Parts: sequence; structure tokens; C-alpha cells
Amino acid sequence: MNAMNGRRVAIVAGVRTAFAKAGTVFGDLRAVDLAKLAARELLERAELDPAEVDAVIFGQVVPSVLVPNVAREVSLLPHFPKNIPAYSLNRACASACQAIASGHDEIALGHADVVLAGGTESLSDIPILHSTRMSRLLTEAAKAKTATAKLATLARVRPRDLVPVTPAIAEPSTGQTMGQSAEKMAKENGISREAQDRYALRSHQLAAAGTADGRLVAEIAPVFLPPSFDTVVTSDNGIRTDTTLDALAKLRPVFDRRYGTVTAGNASPLTDGAAAVVLMSEEKARAEGRELLAFIRSYAVAALDPGEQLLMGPAFAVPVALERAHIGWKELGLVEMHEAFAAQVLSNIQAFESRRWAQERLGRSEPIGEVNWDTLNVMGGSIAIGHPFGATGARIALTLANEMRRRGVQFGLISVCAQGGMGFAMVLER
Amino acid sequence: MSAPPGQSVAVRREMQDEVAVLVLDLPGESVNKLSRAVKDELAERVEALIRDPAVRAVVLISGKADTFVAGADIEEFVALRSAEEAFALSREAHAFLDRVARSPKPIVAAIHGACLGGGLEIALACGYRVATDHPKTVLAAPEVQLGIIPGAGGCNRLPRLVGLPRALDLILSGRNVRGTQAYRMGLVDELVPPPILRDVALAAARRLAAGGAPARRGRRGLGPLLLERNPLGRALVLRRARGMTLKRTRGHYPAPLAAIEAVGYGLAHGVERGMVREAQLFGKLATSEVSRRLVEIFFATTRLKKDPGVDPPAPEPKPVGHLGVIGAGYMGSGIGVVAASRAGVTVRMRDADLPKVGRGLDAAAKVIHEAQRRRQVSWREAERQLALLSGTTDYSGFARAGLVIEAVFEDLEVKRGVLREAEAVIGPDCVFASNTSTIPIARIAEGASRPERVLGMHFFSPVHRMPLLEVIAGEKTAAWATVTAVAFGRRMGKTAIVVRDRPGFFVNRILSPYMNEAGHLMAEGVPIEAIDRAMVGYGFPVGPIGLLDEIGLDVAEKAGRVMHEGYGARFAPAAGLDKLVAAGRLGRKSGAGFFRYRDGKKAGVDPEALAILGLTPRAAPPAAELADRLVCAMLNEAVRALEENVVRSPRDGDIAALFGIGYPPFRGGPYRTLDVLGAGAAVESLERLSARYGDRYSPAALLLDHARTGATFHGRGR
Repeated sequence: MNAMNGRRVAIVAGVRTAFAKAGTVFGDLRAVDLAKLAARELLERAELDPAEVDAVIFGQVVPSVLVPNVAREVSLLPHFPKNIPAYSLNRACASACQAIASGHDEIALGHADVVLAGGTESLSDIPILHSTRMSRLLTEAAKAKTATAKLATLARVRPRDLVPVTPAIAEPSTGQTMGQSAEKMAKENGISREAQDRYALRSHQLAAAGTADGRLVAEIAPVFLPPSFDTVVTSDNGIRTDTTLDALAKLRPVFDRRYGTVTAGNASPLTDGAAAVVLMSEEKARAEGRELLAFIRSYAVAALDPGEQLLMGPAFAVPVALERAHIGWKELGLVEMHEAFAAQVLSNIQAFESRRWAQERLGRSEPIGEVNWDTLNVMGGSIAIGHPFGATGARIALTLANEMRRRGVQFGLISVCAQGGMGFAMVLER
Repeated sequence: MSAPPGQSVAVRREMQDEVAVLVLDLPGESVNKLSRAVKDELAERVEALIRDPAVRAVVLISGKADTFVAGADIEEFVALRSAEEAFALSREAHAFLDRVARSPKPIVAAIHGACLGGGLEIALACGYRVATDHPKTVLAAPEVQLGIIPGAGGCNRLPRLVGLPRALDLILSGRNVRGTQAYRMGLVDELVPPPILRDVALAAARRLAAGGAPARRGRRGLGPLLLERNPLGRALVLRRARGMTLKRTRGHYPAPLAAIEAVGYGLAHGVERGMVREAQLFGKLATSEVSRRLVEIFFATTRLKKDPGVDPPAPEPKPVGHLGVIGAGYMGSGIGVVAASRAGVTVRMRDADLPKVGRGLDAAAKVIHEAQRRRQVSWREAERQLALLSGTTDYSGFARAGLVIEAVFEDLEVKRGVLREAEAVIGPDCVFASNTSTIPIARIAEGASRPERVLGMHFFSPVHRMPLLEVIAGEKTAAWATVTAVAFGRRMGKTAIVVRDRPGFFVNRILSPYMNEAGHLMAEGVPIEAIDRAMVGYGFPVGPIGLLDEIGLDVAEKAGRVMHEGYGARFAPAAGLDKLVAAGRLGRKSGAGFFRYRDGKKAGVDPEALAILGLTPRAAPPAAELADRLVCAMLNEAVRALEENVVRSPRDGDIAALFGIGYPPFRGGPYRTLDVLGAGAAVESLERLSARYGDRYSPAALLLDHARTGATFHGRGR
């Protein structure tokens, strides 16, 4: 049954690169390289004729100035004909989810039959900017008509103009960084340091298990590192197989050194990586006799005032997505929540389960639902696996769809919080 | 013969203001080529325009899509019977182009597409040249590749336009020059995008007619002055060119030397006498045996390119957009990278573990990066080619393949194993090719669910350099599979010939007795250097013993055994190879074989190898005697192979020997050599050798037939 308007859309295949902490194994690769690697391997594993792809959509949160439309670079891989339109989008950490949702819409509307949707991010390759004054002087100098005028302009450069500006992960509207927002949520919702650390430990342990038994590795395309291709990256390098509660407890809070509880241990790391899925109309997938991973049953996006609890978006988006799916929380066999911070995950769970929150914030009499810990992030999440902003959404969709198939689950939920006070939720169905 | 007056055949005249545009557009042909008739017609037109008071200037342009003029009509050229006739032809062309060059009205060449040979010479005679910057625009003087020299003024006009060193480079290499390069070296005066070519040429013509700026004259500076404008510098350049040419051709090819002489003579004695000398040299070369052989090869390769590889009616080849390669070793990665870079297909390489796959990708990347370093491809193109390659340890990405080539270990069971695995995933129309040099395809195909799509594709190593591909059609191989493999091999830039599934196929079949004979000579105490020198003297790029080192003694030994098993006593190898292999001397790849290697360079015969073999070299017999023994063994075996239909025609066999073994091109190939020598003489030689060295020299039945009937392998024609 199709819960949304239009044609039914299936995820038929997906693949991702390993997720690597920024500045490590993928340090020499650009986001576009990672995106291309994932897309190339996806075409092979999906046994997909590249000419059948109707659109390519990629999410990226910190785009390169040199490659502003990373999706088009993917669709200009020599595998494809040159006439496949492509666009890149930014819905912050839900970007790849949005790419999948937008791909879904194109197919549902009948505008496309096959869409390659995914996301990529390299936090090893972020643009470092000149100061505003320096940029202005350089522009002026470039416009100067004579060499003397040029020199005169450049002579006005002072040492402090040369200090580069590194973009921070902060809300432009409030000036608060992500970490500060997580701190605020922990304090306001009463999420203890220990609860956060326990959650982080769970994430690492489950991700380690998922890697050891091959479930996570199966979704990873091996990356042969240029130039000599002798190093092959086949698994995520942020997962701490042997970390303990003690070890996590020893870490110092980063954003509020005196009273804070958010540490590098219970937050997701800066990560490089890419992920992509193939979306296909049900009729085409069936006509080709393809094995389907999952259908997209519904999705919803919500936004709230970034000045309050920034990362509470999922608690607003999830009930809408469930409503659109015509299912209740209890029918979910698996839930995949993006883990930006343990404090954020636990805050949202608190909201999911709170009758009061439902009444006050959603105007509903009943709470959204009670979390079954046996079905939540069963292979860990972004805290352990890593979080390349633009790619995470596709990673989660892929991990969920694969696990739904393994467990024979009918409904699965994706929940992603995003910068700007946004939340994204999607229901998958088998 | 000229066209009747007023009845234009190949040249169209259009007037634009006061400029006449001559459009060269041969009816019924896809390209423009120069025959005497076309030349006469063109000459007549030019003459008329020069006299026409309404015309102030002339633009010469092509009516074909991507050719200006592709060169002379070679069919007409081979019909020349004597040096005098050829001399006269050259002088006629001189007269016409002299008229063009001295025309009182400016004549501008507007060049888009191939501008080759005689086409370039026409352009050179024009007062101004405009070319397009399109990749299809290439200029070249490829005459020496056919054993002749530019005979329509090229040897004289080219050095005056671009300077002596560049002119020699262009004429001696025959290489293609793109528009941008041509502009930079002053070969053309302007470079423009194709849509405005005609307008720019017209504007130039008008400007020149109005007495405007003369043609751009590129080169300035001290270098040219020191080198070419004084006899001493010129002599130096010419001497160096002659030295290098002699080293390269070993005196077997007269054309490059003649070109150097023509160019030098023209610069020393002026254009008029230079042209006469050019015509004399052209005349001498035009009917020479060497030129005949090279032209035959040109025709043979041209026809081979259109040969689907099976007898008519040939089915259409299946499209191959995606290639699967099993085994990412040296051959597998070589096949993969050539398929990606030349055929432009996506390539999925599989090997047992990821490090092996990684090494395969690395080897492939090195080939691409080498091309990038040599500026054959841009970094963008290199990146594009690299992206086409991917690796795996399973069979993912194989279902979509139109062709799968396995290049795993040379072992029947291993090869059958991968065939079985592949058949489980590939589609029904996918061709499965085994890259083998020793294992019969029929044996590999035994037990295949669809043996009709199994065949052999024998690539030579290194794949990115060796031009030949033997496609082996097994007994059960379907025609559609064969034509698909042939067509794909051609897309990889290979010269593909179809051979029968007999041990050694064709190339190794005829190479084997030759190598064995070299072994026998060695065993008889003939110095290794003398053997190799004799064959290099015969025209091979490397002698047989040196070749063994290149192939790898282990590989050669194994192949020798297979051939011996397959054909019996005739192929009994000389003892010795096994001893060197046992001693770990595998040839160049192990750093030592028959020869020593220092820094990757051959450093003489290794006394240690001689000691292992227990050889004491004696005085060498004359080179001719050695060459006779070795070549006769090869030629005789080639005839036997033809008897058994191992090759489809003598043409295929000749091309295979030229491209696969380095058989001397000026000898045309084994069958051509026999035709030139005469079957009778060949039989005589073989009988003499057979009396001395035994039955392995017994003349092949077909050769005896030919000796009796006087028939030739190539028949009366070409």
C-alpha cells in the first residue's frame, strides 16, 4: 500500500565508503572523490546500467567552492551519458535523507524511474576563507587598472588580515555551536553525564559487533587509496571496540569546561565519507526482477526555533511521518536515530515518550511512543560509526533497509536532527 | 586525364564577392584523395581563376565533413610501373603547385579535418593557411611509412616554412600534428574554431589581395639562425638525423634517408634544383620493393579492420559497454586498462583478495599515468580513464558485462573454475574469453553451460604496447561470439586476427620452431651474440635468444613443452632452457637469463648462463647461414599452419607475424617472403637443410604444391 501520493518508490541498492575520522585515511581525498567512489561501486553492485539513471541528487553540507555542485560531477562520471541532470542540496545533517526524499518525489510524480541519491562530506577538505577585509582588498586589487594602483591596494594589507577564517559549526542565527546546543539540551532535560556516556558506550559496542559480524562491512565499498592503491579502507575507523565507561568518564567536557557533560566521547566525530542509494519506481524494479531492499512509505520534515533546544527537530518530524505512513509507533520493527550527541538522542527519546511533551508541543493527548531498546540503532550510530554531515542520512537509510531485510521487519523509522532546528523522519517498508 | 571542360567532377566553384571559393568534394567518396584526375581538374580550375579578372583571390576548402585532403590515391600510386613514370608524376605535381605558389592572386587554404600527405603539400603551396582547432584537424606527412617521400614539393617547402629540425621530424616520423601544434610551429598562419573557418579564410584572402599583411612567419631567434641558415649548422643537423635514422632502420628502409637527402639538397641548392632531386628520389622509391611491401601491409591492415573475423554472412557483434576481467595480475590489469583507456568501457576487475585487486589497479594506473607523463592524455582524461576501472573480490558488477576476459593462472582447472563461476552470474549474451597462450579453448569450454560463447583472446605482453590480438575460435564457438571479440579487440586498438584452436594458435606456432632452432644453434656452439645479431640483421627488432629473456624462460619452456606434446618430434626443443629455469634464471624479469641486466639494461651474454648450459662458443658461421636456418624453420611452419587453416588467409598470417613477432615489415610477412623468394627456391633451401639437420625441415606439402604449380600465397593481386 502506498501511504503517499503517486507511484511507489523502492530502495534497490546502496553502498557507502567507510566513514573515517577527518584528517585520517581519506585526508587526501575531496568530497567529490568520495562521492564518485561510492557512486561507481553502487553502479557495479546494483548491476545497474548507468544510462538508466534519470537523475542524480547528492547532499553536502560544507561544499567546496571549487566543486559547488558535487552531484553533477558524479553524473559526469564517464560511466554515465552526459545528459543526466543532477543537483546538490543542503538540508544540513539530513541532506542525504532529503536527497532520497527528493528522489522519491521525482519518481512518485513520474518524472523519473531511477534516481541515484546520496550524500558526501569531507571535513578534511573544508574551505578556509580569507578575512572579509582581505577578500575586499584582493577584489579591489584585481580591479585596479594600473600596476601602481594594484600595489597601493595590496600595500594596505595588514598582518591580521592574513589570518584565515575557518568556518565553525555554529548556528548563524544564534552564534551557538552544535556542542553548546547539546550542552544546553543536556542541562535543560536533565540528561546526566553518565547516561550520555552509557549511550555512547552502547553505540561503540553495537557498531563493533556490527563490524565484526560483517553487517556494517557489507554496506561498505572498499576504497583503494591512491596513488599506489596498496591501502584498502574497508571499515569505519572511529569505532572504539574496547572502550569502557571508565575511559569515557575520564574525558573532559569540551563546550562547558566547568559544568558541562558533553565530551568528545559522547558526541559524533568530524568525519569524511560518502553514501548513496539507488531509488527505483516499483514497476521498473519489479519488471527487472530486482530484489528490493525497502519501499519509502512516508517522510516528514519539521523545524523549530534554533534559539530553543536546537536538535529537537525529530520529536516534531517523527509523529508527522508516522501519521503520513498511517502506522503507529508500535508497528516499527527497527528505529535508526542519527546520533549527533548522546544528549540529543536521549533528549528526543525523552520527548517521544513524554505525554506532557506531546500535549504541550504537539497538541496530542498521547505520547509518540515508547522506545524499544532492542530495535533502536542496533548497529550503533553516528557517535561510533562517524558522521560525514552530507552522507549520514543515506548511511542510515542503507543500514536500516539492510537490517530490515535481515530481520524481516515490515516498518522501520529514520530520524535525523539537523542544524537550523530541523528534524527529518522517514518510514521505510518491506 | 582531366575532366571535360566545364564539367566539374571533384571541384565546386563558389563566388563570394570577388573571392572564389574552390570546394574540393570528390563525388561518391567519404574523403578527398588526390588522383591525377583530381589534380588536373584542380590545376585547370586554379588556372582559370588566375585568368579571371572578376576574381581577386581564391580560398581552397573541402566539402567533406572531417577531411581536407586525406592524401594521394594509393591505388593509383601502386599502379606506377617505373621510376621514370613516378618521376614524371612528381614533376607534374610540382608544376601545378608551383603555379599555386606563384599565383599573382592570393590562394588561401582553409583546413578542417585530415590534411595528410599530398593534401599537406597543397596547403604548403598556398600563400596562407587557416586551420581549425578541432581535434579532427590533423596535419602530417606520412609518406615514409609507405616507403616513399613527399613528392609534391613537401621536402622543399616544409623546411622553409617550419625550419629544418621540425621538417625532418615531421617527414621522418610521419606523425600527426594537431591544429594547435601546427599553429605553434608556424605550419599554419591562423587557428580558428570550425564554424568561422570559411569566413576567416575569405577575410584573409581579401586582406592579402588588398596588399595587406603577409602571412605570419613564426620562428624567430638565434637557434634557427645558428642551425639552418648556415651550411655548417645544417650539415650538423642532417648528419645527426642520418645517424639516428640508420640506427633505427639498420639500412633496411631507404625512404627516411632519401627524405633527409631531399631536404638537405633543396636547402643547399635552392628550390628549383631541390624539386628535381625530390622527384628523382621519389621516383626511385615509388616502385621499390620496400615501398611495395609497406603499401601491401597498409592495404592488408586497412582491409583487416573491416573484416568481421568470420566468413559471410557475419552476424552483428553484440554491444559491449562493460567488461569483466577475472585475474588482476599483469595481463588482467593490462587488458583492463587498455579496455578502459582505448575502448572507453567500464571495467570490473576481480581477484582473490583486496591487496591483489589493489596491485592490479596500481598497475593499471601506472599505464595511464605514463601516458599522462608523455602528454598523450591530459590529467582530466587520465582521471576519467582511471574512474572507469574498479575492483572486487566477488562477481558483483559482472552481470552487466557484455564480455568477460579471464587472465588467471595458466592452468586448465583454474580456468575451468572461473568459467564455471562466471557463468553463474553473466547474462546469456555475454562472451567469455580466456586469455591463454597454451591451453586449447575446447578443453576450457568442456563442461561450460554455453560453450558457444567461449573463445580465446590471446593478448601479447605488455598489453598496452603490443598491437596484436589473436582471437581463438574453438570448435563450438558461435560466430556471434567471435565477431564480438574481434570488434571489441579493435575498439581496444588491437589488430585482431581470428585463428583456429590448435596448439600455439598462430604466432607461437610459427615462433616455436624458430626459437627451437636458435636453441639447436646454441647447442652446436654458435655464440649467442652471433645468433641474435644475425636475426637483427635480418630485420627483427630483437634476436631469438634476447626474445627468450623478454618472454621469460619459464613461460617459454612451458610453451615449448606444450608445442612438443601437440606436434611431436618436429617441435622437440633443444635442451637447456629447463636448466636455466631450474637455476632461477627466468630472463629479464628475474634480472638474469641468457643475458645479464644492469639497471634494467641488457649487459651482454652472461658467462654464468653459458657455464650452466655447458657451452663453449666456437667461431660463428656466416650470418646469412644462421638467418636461413632460423627463418626457414618459421616459414615452413607458417605454411603448415595455413594448410591446417590456423589462419584464415595469408594476409592474416603476415599481419600476425608483423605485429605479434616483429617480423621485418620490409619483408612483408612470412607468406609474402615466400612469394618474393619463390616456392621453388624455398623448397630447395628446406631440402638442403633437411638433408643436413633432419626431418624437421621437410618442406610442407602446400609449399611443394606451390613449387610445382608456380602458385603464390597471395595470388596475382595484392
